[in-house]
Amino acid sequence: MPTKLRNLVQKEEMLSGGHRLCAGCGASVAVRQVLLGAPDNIQMVIGNPTGCLEVSTTIYPYTSWNTSFIHSAFENAASTMSGVEAAYQSMKAQGKIDEDYRFVVFAGDGGTYDIGFQALSGALERGHKMVYVCYNNEAYMNTGIQRSGATLRGSWTTTSPHGKESFGKKENRKDMTLIAAAHNIPYVAQASISHWKDLIRKSRKAFEADGPAFINVLSPCHRGWRYPPEKTVEVAKLAVQSCIWPLYEVENGKWKLTTKVRYKESIEEYMRMQGRFAHLFKPGNEEVLADLQQYIDREWQKLLERCGEEIEDL
Amino acid sequence: MVVTKNTVALIGTDAVAEAMRQINPDVVAAYPITPQTAIVETFSQMAADGIVKTNFVAVESEHSAMSAAIGAAAAGGRVMTCTSSQGLGFMWELLYIASGLRLPIVMPNVNRALSAPINIHCDHSDSMGARDSGWIQLFSENAQEAYDNTLQATRIAEHPDILLPVMVQLDGFIISHAVDRLELIHDDIAREFVGELHPAYSLLNSSKPASVGNFDSLYGYFFEFKQQQEEGMRNALQVIQEVGKEFGKATGRSYGLFEPVGMDDAEIAIIALGSACGTVRSEIECMREAGIPIGMIKLRSFRPFPAAELVRVLEGVKVVAVMDRSDSFAGGMGGPVFMELRSALYDMPNKPQVINYIYGLGGRDLSIELTQKVINDLEEIAGGKEVQQKVNYLGLREGEE
Repeated sequence: MPTKLRNLVQKEEMLSGGHRLCAGCGASVAVRQVLLGAPDNIQMVIGNPTGCLEVSTTIYPYTSWNTSFIHSAFENAASTMSGVEAAYQSMKAQGKIDEDYRFVVFAGDGGTYDIGFQALSGALERGHKMVYVCYNNEAYMNTGIQRSGATLRGSWTTTSPHGKESFGKKENRKDMTLIAAAHNIPYVAQASISHWKDLIRKSRKAFEADGPAFINVLSPCHRGWRYPPEKTVEVAKLAVQSCIWPLYEVENGKWKLTTKVRYKESIEEYMRMQGRFAHLFKPGNEEVLADLQQYIDREWQKLLERCGEEIEDL
Repeated sequence: MVVTKNTVALIGTDAVAEAMRQINPDVVAAYPITPQTAIVETFSQMAADGIVKTNFVAVESEHSAMSAAIGAAAAGGRVMTCTSSQGLGFMWELLYIASGLRLPIVMPNVNRALSAPINIHCDHSDSMGARDSGWIQLFSENAQEAYDNTLQATRIAEHPDILLPVMVQLDGFIISHAVDRLELIHDDIAREFVGELHPAYSLLNSSKPASVGNFDSLYGYFFEFKQQQEEGMRNALQVIQEVGKEFGKATGRSYGLFEPVGMDDAEIAIIALGSACGTVRSEIECMREAGIPIGMIKLRSFRPFPAAELVRVLEGVKVVAVMDRSDSFAGGMGGPVFMELRSALYDMPNKPQVINYIYGLGGRDLSIELTQKVINDLEEIAGGKEVQQKVNYLGLREGEE
């Protein structure tokens, strides 16, 4: 089915408006785009770890989710959903239920890269049929902008502040999409809310996969990244164009670049848009910026190689 | 001793696995830990052989075991897990979530000491740490009771007036790894007794979708939820007895909140949990033959704590020794059972004196000699000797650095 807006607008949405997420929040955009890729006429259970999305969409006695929902704790969204899926498989096999269900987790980078890492790895290894979506905003936003394993080197957060002895976060981020791919699950993808067609296509593939699927979606947070709320999509787009957040998929072990970058932007324009990097443009931090550009270039080359693309001459 | 065709010799973990086979849960999610491991091994084999319908989920940790159990129970499945010691510790935050979401999960816990120093043997510090987590806790004296309690736990947990998770305690190694003689129930009788699960809610019912684990803000209902949990726990005092009686009708083995032994005319008494009751019972029988008015209370239900019922049975008793297989590290307040019992006795007009013996930590044996020492102390106090020390450490090494 072609991914056309005129078709998508007719689809019933699972996340209703009126939730309490900030205006300009990337997370709700990610959720809506992913769910637009879900198959029609199928029941769904949505799971969240503790986080912005959860506290903003399920304020008792209300819910924004037009379907069954479960949250239990912060680090266990994947294992909680493992249990839901296991019960479904068991009861379905025993003939106790006859409806068809699909299972989706939306977790932030805290609940995915860091505290929820073990539960996610276990769930992927065991092969539970679920779509696990990381809405990645590169820090713990729900508790007020603290560094995570997804935070870029040099970034300011409240637990990696810059100061006389610090240029912000010292360490670089880990490559969670690569780590998910190393579990040899049927479908892994990296996506961005700025590229909605690409994300919806990936979501479709994730739902079609015969086993676990993992999508890492860049979902900017203006509160944490320090840019005006109306720039969320623009910021996400620049992350893709500067190769800070390349878009690709790993389908049954085959790597494929899904969005080619014709004119690779330098990271500077992207970083200048955001207050979290402002300190890096003050004298004395030139080396950090240069290091960061080198790191992005190196990672981009590696990705091109994995995807069988021509290596660029830098 | 009557031997029937249902009489078997099993280690405690296999007795529990046998109860799990008969319960036939939709999902079991568990992680191995000594001394519980044999339960997951035996049950995995049952699943592999297709003699249970269970989806056995071999999770990567106890944290995920309880998380998956929560998910599966919220999905409307009948769910079990099992653990010990550090495993229970690792589950800690989820214990509160399981009870808060009113999910009737049943979990045999093979009691083992908590580190450090690391020790794989029996004491009750693991489950006592979960005292306030909103789980019903039933203790077992032997493999027979571990088996019987596991079957009853399902009924108790799923009772509409309760809807709380249940932990079935059995002492590590002493019960879990010792071969014991027990009576199994015929599969048909066991299944009829356990019955079908009718979940209070389910994620997998599209005509009635559920939202589980919502965020309760400052102006929400958190306080009411918690008070309702306590009501469920109070209701359990009645339901545990009803289910125990019904179990008795089906099997000839009735259960209550505790078992009084020789308490009708007792002037001195010992209260204990778990396998220690076997040692205490045999010593008490000898003493009673010698004319000493001593009794024993084998506490089965630690949560809910049967305070009023214990007060009634202790009427006329002069001294009670409370045997605690764990410490509360409260700086001289004694072990958890001691603290609970003293609190329960506070309003009693002619209350007995209560002394505490902390014993058997890290699996140290409770010998006949040590039990005799407790009884000697009780006799002396009943005879008028002043209590030297309220909280005693029984069986500590002496004269060693």
